[in-house]
Amino acid sequence: MRKVAVIGIGMTKFGQLWKRDLTSLSVEAGVNAVRDAGIHQKDVEVLYGGTMSGGLFINQEHLGSMLPDYMGFKNIPSVRVEAACASGGLALRQAYIDIASGMHDIAVVGGVEKMTDIGTYSITKALATAADTVNESNFGATFPGLYALMAKLHMHKYKTTEEQLASVAVKNHLNALDNPNAQFHKKISIQDVMDSAKIADPLKLLDASPITDGAAAIVLASEKKAKKLSDTPVWIKGSGHATDTISLHDRDDLLTLSATVSAAKQAYLQARLQPKNIDMAEVHDCFTIAELLAIEDLGFVKKGKSGKFTEEGYTKIGGKIPINPSGGLKAKGHPIGASGVAQAIEAVLQLRGDAGKRSTNSENALTHNVGGSGGTSVVHIFER
Amino acid sequence: MAVPKIWRKIPEYYNLIGKLCPECNAKFFPKRTVCKNCGCTRMQDYKFEGKGKIVTYTIIRTSMSDPEQEINEQAARNIPYALAIIKLKEGPMLTAQIIDCGDSELNIGKKVKKVFRKILENGPSGVIQYGYKFKIDK
Ligand SMILES: [Zn+2]
Repeated sequence: MRKVAVIGIGMTKFGQLWKRDLTSLSVEAGVNAVRDAGIHQKDVEVLYGGTMSGGLFINQEHLGSMLPDYMGFKNIPSVRVEAACASGGLALRQAYIDIASGMHDIAVVGGVEKMTDIGTYSITKALATAADTVNESNFGATFPGLYALMAKLHMHKYKTTEEQLASVAVKNHLNALDNPNAQFHKKISIQDVMDSAKIADPLKLLDASPITDGAAAIVLASEKKAKKLSDTPVWIKGSGHATDTISLHDRDDLLTLSATVSAAKQAYLQARLQPKNIDMAEVHDCFTIAELLAIEDLGFVKKGKSGKFTEEGYTKIGGKIPINPSGGLKAKGHPIGASGVAQAIEAVLQLRGDAGKRSTNSENALTHNVGGSGGTSVVHIFER
Repeated sequence: MAVPKIWRKIPEYYNLIGKLCPECNAKFFPKRTVCKNCGCTRMQDYKFEGKGKIVTYTIIRTSMSDPEQEINEQAARNIPYALAIIKLKEGPMLTAQIIDCGDSELNIGKKVKKVFRKILENGPSGVIQYGYKFKIDK
């Protein structure tokens, strides 16, 4: 396996972008990533694009052809990657394997979702297809509902409180204040979260990530090309990917995402690092409970202790291990297919020393992207 | 769901017919044609009694109803509604609504039993889906 580096990044602002369509978002991110890498469109050899559902959100499939077409990458091989909310992270992993294998030297990884062209009801239905539509959604399980089932059990088993869940949202909103691309620039309090509308007990509106339009792209290069083209390459030191049952109810332990445990193990092993050596992480906080489960499953804190750990400030910027300095899915926004790629962009900004006020002074960074309620998990470790 | 998609699920949805592995005795609901434990493909039908316990639950409060959509979920679900993961006595777990029950009765560990109910109503096509919901087993 060859070494692989990130040499370029580009993303759009995240938000409810009524004026923008899927292709214009993708082009902005893709072209900015290519420019940032100091290369030309014609240097790009292959494209991997993560998107959850062009079909349900904008009635457009075959994005494997459409994205390189609009970005100006002529005749290149291009793969659309789908793993629900982990589509972006998985596109990154596929591109990494491609470059590491020696097949290509320069790849663009894109992630995009245009969610707001349809109504809230249709969005909820589209997101529910990340679960087992026949055996979960059909019986009344919404996507927030599945995470609520985990949250309720975590509270029951480990005495986690609703305020501890809320502390995840408060922290991530605070971090997003310093991220110009974030959807929200609004400080919130524990009380704001507690007072927000209940969506699925114990989860409330401010426990959930928002509906977002946006795109993110990065350029990957082989070691030889990266050293030639970039003064600030960020190396991918570890990559892991695992799956689990699509239905939450089919798991022996409802409070462990074994796909995350397994993907993390692969990434740690390859990077020769342990959880205690990780300087910061961008984790999949589609709901506040998801961040708590993530920091347990990634090994940053013992199972059941994440609520207290977060409440006491260990995951803030400047804390023991900063989690989601970008604002996370919660406050930066969650354009489904773009999220996994945007996590990698935050890792690169942090390791290049370009994160501004939200800098964590990190030597390495971990990203963690989950599909559905844990049916797919992708973990990457970056180092400067 | 489309009519054939509903029709072929009738044994499972109406009568909780799952599968039993003759090799390792593992029981599955819904049906699986390959045993997840041992890879056996000679799976046999197995009827679950429909009794179990609440493993975890939530109350869904976001509306899934939209008059322009094909499926009228509001009619079948009566938002807000309780949703639970239930561990059947025989082992497997499933996701289902809990009905006829006050918030105070709803607890982790509570015994429940299956009832036969309407689960969804497909708007314009007029197809009504029946299946399982659960009640507190007093
Ligand atoms: Zn078996």
